[in-house]
Amino acid sequence: MSRLKILALLPLAAALGGCDYVVLAPAGDIAAQQRDLVIISTVLMLLIVLPVMALTVLFAWRYRQSNTDARYEPDWDHSTALELVIWSAPLLIIVCLGALTWMGTHLLDPYRTLGRIHAERAVDQSKAPLEVDVVALDWKWLFIYPGYGIATVNELAAPVDRPITFRITASSVMNSFYIPALAGQIYAMPGMETKLHAVVNHAGTYKGFSANYSGAGFSGMHFNFQGLDDRGFDAWIASAKSAGGTLGRAEYLQLEKPSQNEPVRRWGTVDADLYRLILNMCVETGKMCQSEMMAIDARGGAGHQGLTNTLPLAYDKYARRGTALGPEPTFVAGTCTPDAPQGRTTASIAAPLDTAPLLGAGLKRPSFMPLKSSSFFLGQRPKSDS
Amino acid sequence: MSPDLPKLIFGRLTLESLPLHEPIVVGTFVVVALGGAALLGGLTYFRLWGYLWREWFTTVDHKRIGIMYMILGIVMLLRGFADALMMRGQQMLAFGGSEGYLNAHHYDQIFTAHGVIMIFFVAMPLVTGLMNYVVPLQIGARDVSFPFLNNFSFWMTVGGAVLVMASLFIGEFARTGWLAYPPLSNIGYSPDVGVDYYIWALQIAGVGTTLSGINLICTIVKLRCPGMTMMKMPVFTWTSLCTNVLIVASFPVLTVVLALLSLDRYVGTNFFTNDFGGSPMMYVNLIWIWGHPEVYILVLPAFGIFSEVTSTFSGKRLFGYTSMVYATVVITILSYLVWLHHFFTMGSGASVNSFFGITTMIISIPTGAKMFNWLFTMYRGRIRYELPMMWTVAFMLTFVIGGMTGVLLAVPPADFVLHNSLFLIAHFHNVIIGGVVFGAFAGINYWFPKAFGFKLDPFWGKMSFWFWVTGFYLAFMPLYVLGLMGVTRRLRVFDDPSLQIWFVIAAVGALFIFIGILSMLMQFAVSLLRREQLKDVTGDPWDGRTLEWATSSPPPDYNFAFTPVVHDNDAWWDMKRRGYQRPLTGFKPIHMPSSTGTGIIIAGLATAMGFALVWYMWWLAAVSFIAMVAVGIGHTFNYHRDFDIPAEDVIRTEDARTKLLAGVN
Repeated sequence: MSRLKILALLPLAAALGGCDYVVLAPAGDIAAQQRDLVIISTVLMLLIVLPVMALTVLFAWRYRQSNTDARYEPDWDHSTALELVIWSAPLLIIVCLGALTWMGTHLLDPYRTLGRIHAERAVDQSKAPLEVDVVALDWKWLFIYPGYGIATVNELAAPVDRPITFRITASSVMNSFYIPALAGQIYAMPGMETKLHAVVNHAGTYKGFSANYSGAGFSGMHFNFQGLDDRGFDAWIASAKSAGGTLGRAEYLQLEKPSQNEPVRRWGTVDADLYRLILNMCVETGKMCQSEMMAIDARGGAGHQGLTNTLPLAYDKYARRGTALGPEPTFVAGTCTPDAPQGRTTASIAAPLDTAPLLGAGLKRPSFMPLKSSSFFLGQRPKSDS
Repeated sequence: MSPDLPKLIFGRLTLESLPLHEPIVVGTFVVVALGGAALLGGLTYFRLWGYLWREWFTTVDHKRIGIMYMILGIVMLLRGFADALMMRGQQMLAFGGSEGYLNAHHYDQIFTAHGVIMIFFVAMPLVTGLMNYVVPLQIGARDVSFPFLNNFSFWMTVGGAVLVMASLFIGEFARTGWLAYPPLSNIGYSPDVGVDYYIWALQIAGVGTTLSGINLICTIVKLRCPGMTMMKMPVFTWTSLCTNVLIVASFPVLTVVLALLSLDRYVGTNFFTNDFGGSPMMYVNLIWIWGHPEVYILVLPAFGIFSEVTSTFSGKRLFGYTSMVYATVVITILSYLVWLHHFFTMGSGASVNSFFGITTMIISIPTGAKMFNWLFTMYRGRIRYELPMMWTVAFMLTFVIGGMTGVLLAVPPADFVLHNSLFLIAHFHNVIIGGVVFGAFAGINYWFPKAFGFKLDPFWGKMSFWFWVTGFYLAFMPLYVLGLMGVTRRLRVFDDPSLQIWFVIAAVGALFIFIGILSMLMQFAVSLLRREQLKDVTGDPWDGRTLEWATSSPPPDYNFAFTPVVHDNDAWWDMKRRGYQRPLTGFKPIHMPSSTGTGIIIAGLATAMGFALVWYMWWLAAVSFIAMVAVGIGHTFNYHRDFDIPAEDVIRTEDARTKLLAGVN
């Protein structure tokens, strides 16, 4: 397989030399595997696309009107053998590609923890992954390092070869969190959390940005992602610590107001509960957290009181004007102490540490229950406790 | 006068709403105003208003409505393409600290308008126009099933286009991207009129599209001439049938999702808001449940055109007619099972993503079969390289590239690195230009002589062809490259100077396409001037195979003096081979529908209502809504809905054709 990859890369490398084809030459293992899928699928499809193009040119030239030597059979319009070929040739390609897709999609599911650092090295189970909470704001990126108690805007760093777990949300509109050199993108959406597991294998500075249009300041919504060695990362953390300042709820509410082309900012300490409050859209004091709302609803809702338990909304990111015919905008008031911590949010899927079964060793008989067959690849999916 | 009176009359429309601070818009407005004044003055001077009203605006003739759809599509192409040129210019210039020449407020409207206009008001009218013109002729019918509805559908489409154009000069258009994802498109983040223009333009045009879909389905199902069983229908009619089934099944979804969005915006519901249990992801799902079939709505008729053209210009029966039909039907069904591939990156689980990825790939099997069928139609043919055939060969070579990158994007992990990148932009322009636009141009060049009685000028046609094709490759291959460099879409300014060269190449490509478009306009003008030399009196200039070539060019109002009888799926080819003699006697009066102004009046009122709702002029919205209902009810009392073309008129028309044909032979 790896020889095939190199062969496939050769013409590309020759043709594209010089520029930064980051999608084809990434620095992280996940992105590299995604690149491999791009290349293998392309090669598979070229198996049929190139002959079709060649035949098109050949037939277009050979059967031109002026070439009276070519055979002309105006009534020939059917051949069962040929029909079988033209339906089955694409079918075979798609069967291969479909198998590749099923496996690749599960192996590279962004919700899944990493099973390997790179092709030759399994992940070290004794070391905890780096956790980073990502918040897409209008129009900048906030990164919170819960393990280190620091936060930055528009700057992200991670140690080389240490798995990273991103938990991603947004403050107001949809964005997409994308560092091409590291791993594929995933949407950042308000009130929801997405996850991404990745690892960077080569030290360096790479670009990260929003890959989903989010309004006027979208073009300036990018940051640098630094892959550092362990010492460099410790130094980076230390310098962020020494930057001082605290990112608390009040500071966050100032920060989340729309602004464009923000410079890098760092805070030495950060409210430990801030990310959960952002995710549940209850940073404003007195606003009910979504998790609380869902918990009430899950128990049957608050009945009639629930309808009246709202307060007028003074600020909703922009100066919200309300609707033309509707009532003034409101929000649901909190009914219990907003500081009470409430559970984890989304679950991860554990990676198989031994990928030998994927290559066929000790392959079990596949079950046709969809859930079971996915757990065959994934191990047991832990139950969400959100 | 109380200060609230202007607000009561004009809603939120004030003098500040006019974009006087945008020099580019003001310049455009001056040009459009001068051009419009010249056009209107000319029409008045030559006293053409009455003619236009009687013969065109109020007509229920499917042929004239088809031609008007084509004109609408080409006019809107100029607007949509102007947006494209501005985007290419901005992205070419905005490097190294330069902000380019467009601010975010203007640029974000441009890319939104470009997408909306090109899909809804260029591709849709071109495709609907060709179906409207050709389908009744191909099935030997006198008109569509509901001729008045057809006229009404057309004017509703125009109404939508008028609202989009109005947004250029009065207020602003949406700054949300062409599908207006909430929360960005919700009132909290887009409080201005842009998204409201978007909603009402699409709602009004959508009514037209849905009704036109119903109309064409009925026409194809009920009005086929004797002998034309389903499996003897021309392939273009088949693809039209499937397209209209898709329209009827998917456009209501668009209507509903936009209605829910407008409820959020107007009365403060929470379908797609962040708070109160709203789900923006629901909007994304719903809009793509319409949006993916929409892609096939556009491309299936193009496939039909290529089938007709390949078979005609290869002088050969279409290879694998039956598998072609089944491939079309399979694509129709599968197009409903793939919508999620537009947002693999929104966090669905791996099994869901794989399912939708694999269903997407499966569509490439019938599409591939179609490609082979065209290929083997050319095999052992005698290919005449007239313009329609040139467009077809260009399509075959271009579309396979777009198809390949499409299947690539259907592999979810590959999509994770390419989604929303310029690679994606290159992909869908590759299939829409390479498929739909090339198909529409093939169709225009192919059926123009049928509609007007003279061929299109080949020199300017070839100019247009070569500039379009080279322009396409120059403009979009660099975008594939940029996508592999991780460059995302809708960016207004760039940091990395090494990217600039690719944007320059793409801008040159756009200029080539611009020359291609100008050449096409030139082609129309030159052909009109040289119509005597390009004249075709036979009605069958390409040695055609299907029924539309059996009648005169342009066809008489009644299409066929006698309803033809069909024995073969290449009906006209079969008739010619069996020594068909045109009947010269025995003509009878022909029953036809009458023209009516009701369609244009209701559509005009609907447009006024849309405009009023955009600007919160509640009184005008109410008045125009009541007027619409009143005119609709009034129309039911119109008993002059049909008339008979007297036998003498039919005899006179047919005799004239007999003389013409005799002059040729």
